[in-house]
Amino acid sequence: MIRVHPNVDIAAVCDTSKILLSIMEKKTGIACYSDVNQMMNDTKPDAVLIATPSRHHESLVRLALENAAHVFCEKPFCLNWASSNELAALAESKGLINQVGYHYRFVAAFREMKRLLSLGAIGTVSHVLAEAYGPVVLRPKGKSWRSKKEEGGGCLYDYAAHPINLLGWFFGRPSSISGTVINTVFSDDTDDEVYGTMRFGSGPSAQISVNWSDESYRKMTVKMTAWGTAGKLYADRQEFHAFLRNESPQVDGYTKGWNIRYTTELTDPVWFYVRGEEYSAQLDYFIQCILAGERDNLNSFASAAETDYALALMTEDATQGRVTSAVPSPVLARKKSFFRG
Amino acid sequence: MDRLLFGDNQFFGVNHMSEEKARIQSLRFRDIQAIYAVLDAAYEEGVKTFMCTTHDRVEEICERVRTNPDKYPDYQFFPCMPYAHKYANAATEEGIIGAIRRFSPEEGFLSAAIRGGVSLASKDVDGIVRLLIDAEMKMFRNLRTPVIFLQNVVVDFVLGLGMTQTFKVFADHIRSRYNAEPGFITMNMPRLVPELLGIGIENPIVCSNINKIGFRMCGGFKAYEETLRNYKFRAIAMSVYASGSIPPEEAIRWVCDQPNIKSIVFGASSRANIQSTKGLVDKYWTGATANDLNI
Repeated sequence: MIRVHPNVDIAAVCDTSKILLSIMEKKTGIACYSDVNQMMNDTKPDAVLIATPSRHHESLVRLALENAAHVFCEKPFCLNWASSNELAALAESKGLINQVGYHYRFVAAFREMKRLLSLGAIGTVSHVLAEAYGPVVLRPKGKSWRSKKEEGGGCLYDYAAHPINLLGWFFGRPSSISGTVINTVFSDDTDDEVYGTMRFGSGPSAQISVNWSDESYRKMTVKMTAWGTAGKLYADRQEFHAFLRNESPQVDGYTKGWNIRYTTELTDPVWFYVRGEEYSAQLDYFIQCILAGERDNLNSFASAAETDYALALMTEDATQGRVTSAVPSPVLARKKSFFRG
Repeated sequence: MDRLLFGDNQFFGVNHMSEEKARIQSLRFRDIQAIYAVLDAAYEEGVKTFMCTTHDRVEEICERVRTNPDKYPDYQFFPCMPYAHKYANAATEEGIIGAIRRFSPEEGFLSAAIRGGVSLASKDVDGIVRLLIDAEMKMFRNLRTPVIFLQNVVVDFVLGLGMTQTFKVFADHIRSRYNAEPGFITMNMPRLVPELLGIGIENPIVCSNINKIGFRMCGGFKAYEETLRNYKFRAIAMSVYASGSIPPEEAIRWVCDQPNIKSIVFGASSRANIQSTKGLVDKYWTGATANDLNI
């Protein structure tokens, strides 16, 4: 859809699939390449959009930055958070606009949640539940890169990254991570569910509950719930609920008790729509940042690097050795003797 | 084309405003008898066109109409293809090409092409498009399908990529193979209509959100008004209630005042709601109607 943006001309497309390129070339007339170096040399683009399996993000982002191109990269940013930091610094040093596709930051309901949290509408936040569910892997077989850990597939990097990124937006870097469970349900080669606890210094604790093998959801669903001393907030892609305890909350249009806002009233129109305003909005934001020379990007590499860091900590927490119970628990032991007795 | 078309979102757990509402609806229509009851109520109230996706469950509805011709003498379907989630879920599991392969009836040809890493000629791509249309249309065999729609996800994706000649392939195949009119659903109506006219699809049928609050009317309210006024096409309004955020009377009165709208597609879960929409449309839609289309 970027092709129909009023400020954008597509110089070329690069892909490894010959069949896809042949369709693109014949049906759209866009110049197509299978060699990315050649494409960069020939076209010298102002900006590059990267939407490849996650494993290739690092090398492609580096190539684009070295060619002085602004970069929009799909999420997650890099599978190694040290590389994420390094690329964030490289983009900054070159003065290039850099953005990662964490599109939930462009969903109106989550933006409203962020706004109310920043205004202190629910007082001191004590706890947050960050959830994502959907029907991605429902049987043991999967053929796409998403089912391969080494390609950057898996529930942690593909699904859990979103609510964790929102947590980072709301509360910054987690001070500790514990109790992480990264499980497989169907996949041979990667994870299908992720649970864990985060703490944000003197701020709230958060629980993460993510499962992409959940067919009860028609499509991916991210939900955030926050509890505070003065109320509770809930957001998903379509609606925003605020329960406010104060008699006259200091937020325009909100009253004591339940308040509900729907996407129909919260969402700003976009220039082109395919499957959700947020995808158009984030690309438009990227273009507007380039045009305005605005460096303080909402979804900068640096902010995405923070998410990569949190994901790495969760992986480490889940895989480190655990203290296991070597003797039967007292309760079980007592029961046993009871039956014997 | 009737003035009122009956939509199917409510049957399949789709609600643009609330997942909770969607879940309640999907529970309510878990038993297909509940869907039949609402469809029958619509038919009895004179809403005789079912504009539906090619969802698996629609196949059962088709079978019921096919086997009871006396009960539904003038029932007609407006199929909308493809049922996007079917492809989207397959694409996440198997990639885009894998998804096309899964739903393509002549799997052999495409599998060979992909394995061989060959490039496709333009006519091959058109051939795949036609095969996919035929696969989606199977469930409607021997039923009246005077208008066949391409769903908005595909229309807007193709429009965004600039592959607009694909619309012509779709239109030509719908006309020649099914003796039907091609229709296009879009969230970007002001951009689509000139494109369709530009590739020679005359007086196209275009279904898009048209509602008083401008909900999901991309390109802006003003552009929609201008397109309705200035281009020769047959507009179908959907989301006229903006998922329930506009009071019914206000919503219908406003839509009926707009120029060039031939039909309204709406969803309802009860006879009372069907009667309410029908009553409002009869009350406010007093000008020239869509029935002059003779299709």
